[in-house]
Amino acid sequence: MTATGSAPRTDVPDAPPARPVRRRSRGVDAVPWWLRLVVAVVGLYFVLPTLFVIPMSFSESTTFSFPPEGFSLQLYRNFFTDPVWLTSLRNSFVVALVAALLATVVGTAAAVGLHHLTGRLARLARTVLMISIVTPGIVIAVVVYISFLKWHLVGSFTGYVLAHAAIGMPFVLVSVTSALSGFDSKLLRASASLGATPLRTFVRVTMPLISRGIVTGAVFAFVTSFDEVVIALFLRSPTFQTLPVQMFNSVTFEVDPTIAATSSLVVTAVTVVCLVPLLLGTRRKNRQES
Amino acid sequence: MPATSTSTARPPVAPVVARAGTQIRLTDVVKDYGLAVPAVDGVSLTIEPGEFMTLLGPSGSGKTTTLNLIAGFETLTSGHISFDGDDVSSLPPHKRNLGMLFQNYALFPHMTVAQNVAYPLRERKVPKAEITRRVAEVLELVQLTGRDDNVPAQLSGGQQQRVALARAIVFGPTALLLDEPLGALDRNLRGALQAEIQRIHREVGSTFVFVTHDQEEAMSLSDRIALFNNGKIEQVGSPEALYKAPETLFTARFLGDSNVFELASAPGSTVAWQDRSWTVDPGTVSDRARAAAQAALVVRPEDVHIAPSDDAVPPGVPSVPATVTDVQYLGSYRTVVLSYAGGVAGRARLDASETQLAVGQAVTAWWRVERQRVVSR
Repeated sequence: MTATGSAPRTDVPDAPPARPVRRRSRGVDAVPWWLRLVVAVVGLYFVLPTLFVIPMSFSESTTFSFPPEGFSLQLYRNFFTDPVWLTSLRNSFVVALVAALLATVVGTAAAVGLHHLTGRLARLARTVLMISIVTPGIVIAVVVYISFLKWHLVGSFTGYVLAHAAIGMPFVLVSVTSALSGFDSKLLRASASLGATPLRTFVRVTMPLISRGIVTGAVFAFVTSFDEVVIALFLRSPTFQTLPVQMFNSVTFEVDPTIAATSSLVVTAVTVVCLVPLLLGTRRKNRQES
Repeated sequence: MPATSTSTARPPVAPVVARAGTQIRLTDVVKDYGLAVPAVDGVSLTIEPGEFMTLLGPSGSGKTTTLNLIAGFETLTSGHISFDGDDVSSLPPHKRNLGMLFQNYALFPHMTVAQNVAYPLRERKVPKAEITRRVAEVLELVQLTGRDDNVPAQLSGGQQQRVALARAIVFGPTALLLDEPLGALDRNLRGALQAEIQRIHREVGSTFVFVTHDQEEAMSLSDRIALFNNGKIEQVGSPEALYKAPETLFTARFLGDSNVFELASAPGSTVAWQDRSWTVDPGTVSDRARAAAQAALVVRPEDVHIAPSDDAVPPGVPSVPATVTDVQYLGSYRTVVLSYAGGVAGRARLDASETQLAVGQAVTAWWRVERQRVVSR
């Protein structure tokens, strides 16, 4: 309790606490009021769009309006009864899932492989693999579109998965590489000396120890694919389109307020998915401390 | 987890205790990384079954590379390695059935003590009940009973290394390789764990190959020591043989202190050093000194006697004038630091009760002719 020595609490009996209390070490200076204000404004700026869209999704109105008029679940009913919305949601979900899986497998393999190499070629390979992070989305979209036209992949499930896996893979590479930086490669030798094949070693030693990096990368890849719109616009076909494309259509062609409900659902879903590695992390930490 | 390679023949699982050791034979082993000098340069060594062999040497001498070659972590440039006559030169490490201890313990941090120790047994598809029995047995052997459910981070360094030791012997390996396993421990713990390793070597009876740069550790643990220098074996022998009968100046200097007199000419019935001439006993001239162009005469500090003047020296023994430059009291003995003619530094180890000597005093150092040794340099 008194590890940091500040603010002794006499009302607490000195029985050991159920869980060790971890106190954040504070800097010497107090945080000035203006800095708190700046932080609050920046924070607000980030969540404001969400704060607008969620109330709007419960509006009774059939057009966009803020503040929302009345309260109803009409927009949610529209979303969940319209097969166009539901199909595109399912498409997005399945594409994102498969693309994330593919990106995770390839990205993890690349990260583990490159981890053991130090040469100039390895550095070059790493850079090349990450290049899609900094390439403008429209450039990738055009290139993908031209190639996929040739390979007859436009508008196909495979096409979406391949394109989205490619743009999601660098996120996996980055997160797994950073997880590997804390990995002791002597463990690989220990495992081999104990009779494990390299593949068994990867499954039983490497993977559990870098699992946070893998999960984080997979979540990023999933989210990247789930809300990707530029490539999806190029690849769309009358028979196959993803949720972001349908949202784009609904705003540009139909001015349908259902998008407010859709957006709220997407925001909620993505937030939940992003919290997964966080929850995983705290649970593991607690287990180690107990 | 499903089996990933059912086709692989798994190494047999031998009982932990009472396993006859394995002979490890290295024949003309070379490891060349393409640098100026090969890391291991033609090493041949036979490690007898059940022997405690130490690979000793300064850093960069090739001892760790040699251990890694035995373990299979490095591939041979040329030469052969065999276990009990079976060539294992091209066998991957997971098929060599060796236990290994590392300096940083290399325990799996996400597994408990029991899971760590069970790891090699699970890889060998040992039945569950048998695993439980063996883990309990080996944890008792290393005196860690009751720590099964701790994770490595909850244990001290010494305890972690004992878990690693348990994990490395639980499957009855062909041999145990120890890569400076005590290097990360403080002095007291190191002593305790040395005793532990020695006890387990006695009880398990398997072949131990131990790498260290610490000569005291090597002397106290080993049946034999292979002294490495520049990728080659300088000398192999029991700790006593290496200390008492070094072949080369490197050996004499690496194991213990020496007074070194570099000789200008090849040794005959006498040797000459500066203006002195000393008789030599042919039994104290090393084989390599006989063949070498250059030789040196070495005397251990405990064999050097100090006389106040030439007159007090017994007749016929080798002697040399010296100046006392320092006297260090070390509890059970005193070390007298000497400066011989020509500024050559030396030491004598005297009884702690010796209090006559003063710094700056001119004395004569002498030793018995059978206690000197002529080595190559």
